[in-house]
Amino acid sequence: MSDDGELDLNSLNDEELVQQVHDDLYDGLKEEVEAAVHILLGRGWTPYKVLTEALVEGMRIVGVDFRDGILFVPEVLLAANSMKAGMTILRPLLIATGAPRQGKMVIGTVKGDIHDIGKNLVGMMMEGAGFEVIDLGINNPVEKYLAAMEEHKPDILGMSALLTTTMPYMKVVIDTMKEKGMRDDYVVLVGGAPLNEDFAKAIGADAYCRDAAVAVETAKSYMAKKHNQLTAN
Amino acid sequence: MTLVNLKPSDEFEFKPGQGKVLLLACGALGREIVDLIERNRWTAFDLQCLPAKWHNTPDKIVPALREKIREAKPRYQSIFVLYGDCGTGGDIDKLLAEEGIERLEGPHCYAFFSSQETFASTAEEDVTGFFLTDYLARHFDKLIWEGLGMDRHPELLPLYFGNYTKIVFLAQTRNEELAKKAMAAAKRLGLAYEYRYTGYGELERDLKARA
Repeated sequence: MSDDGELDLNSLNDEELVQQVHDDLYDGLKEEVEAAVHILLGRGWTPYKVLTEALVEGMRIVGVDFRDGILFVPEVLLAANSMKAGMTILRPLLIATGAPRQGKMVIGTVKGDIHDIGKNLVGMMMEGAGFEVIDLGINNPVEKYLAAMEEHKPDILGMSALLTTTMPYMKVVIDTMKEKGMRDDYVVLVGGAPLNEDFAKAIGADAYCRDAAVAVETAKSYMAKKHNQLTAN
Repeated sequence: MTLVNLKPSDEFEFKPGQGKVLLLACGALGREIVDLIERNRWTAFDLQCLPAKWHNTPDKIVPALREKIREAKPRYQSIFVLYGDCGTGGDIDKLLAEEGIERLEGPHCYAFFSSQETFASTAEEDVTGFFLTDYLARHFDKLIWEGLGMDRHPELLPLYFGNYTKIVFLAQTRNEELAKKAMAAAKRLGLAYEYRYTGYGELERDLKARA
């Protein structure tokens, strides 16, 4: 990034500009990210290419450094906020240009829990990876998940919880899905700070995703399996 | 009639390093524990605290507890851990089961100060409540405001607190200064304010049982 704030983004070639977007995302510089997205689009980049090479790759780097303890929650939030600003520009263009779709996900924070930072980050990264994301927001009772699955027919259900007291509600949702004979129709991914793989296994989820990047990779891998099964049949 | 002269030297003062029962606690409870020990003249306890700032990074708690427990086991008759689950997703309980050690009951200090029963009964109405204890009210600026980076980036405020509607101050002591601080915190976060006096709740009960 520019130390004196006078760097002219237009003077950078494409490669340098993408690198600059990565740096600006890392530093949480929302306006700079927005400006760079406009410039790249103006140079004829497809919205999908801007999304994947500039924004998603930039957030991937942020995610790695968060995992390694180099960045902390405030920095990740600022980066996410910058990516969100870029996504706001790209979203209508992506729809208009028919960017490739990986699958569909319904996501929400469980009943009793209003914490949505992780859930929002996962939603954004999933969207960035080409998933259609239906975000149910916070404090969702089982009925709301079921209604959303009925309405949107997603491939994946994502549930999030930050509290030890609310995470058991995920089992309520999964058990209800089993009772209704619909559990196997969906991939169920769960995440949230107090969760772990053992918990995910115990409640009958398909996978625990420790962060947004893992959620994306896990979702992609399940979609690939589903695709392979369909083509084999 | 005999007059009893209660000089300061007659007051019981907790001295670390002397009791046979080690209380291994979150630093956020240190002040309250010492107060209870001194008020009740409990001589059985020694106290060691881990950093309260790990409230924001619970993954650091279990490894540190494990180290402290293993170091302390040969030196004490017993150990009692004063932590809730504190966002560790059951990892504290796993460790304590391995080590054969008990802890305070409940998910966090909000619950054992309020009592498990009361906390459970108000869970639904408090879903959008952000809890402060005496400790958190006292250290709000350092632990919450600065700890979450809002001093440097106030634009993060709605991302952290956008879904909250109120501060619920669970007060352990009747302290007007702290109540003012809690109220100021609520104002700063743009939230409503609610005061509930809890006293030491189950903290006192569970310590008494081990004194």
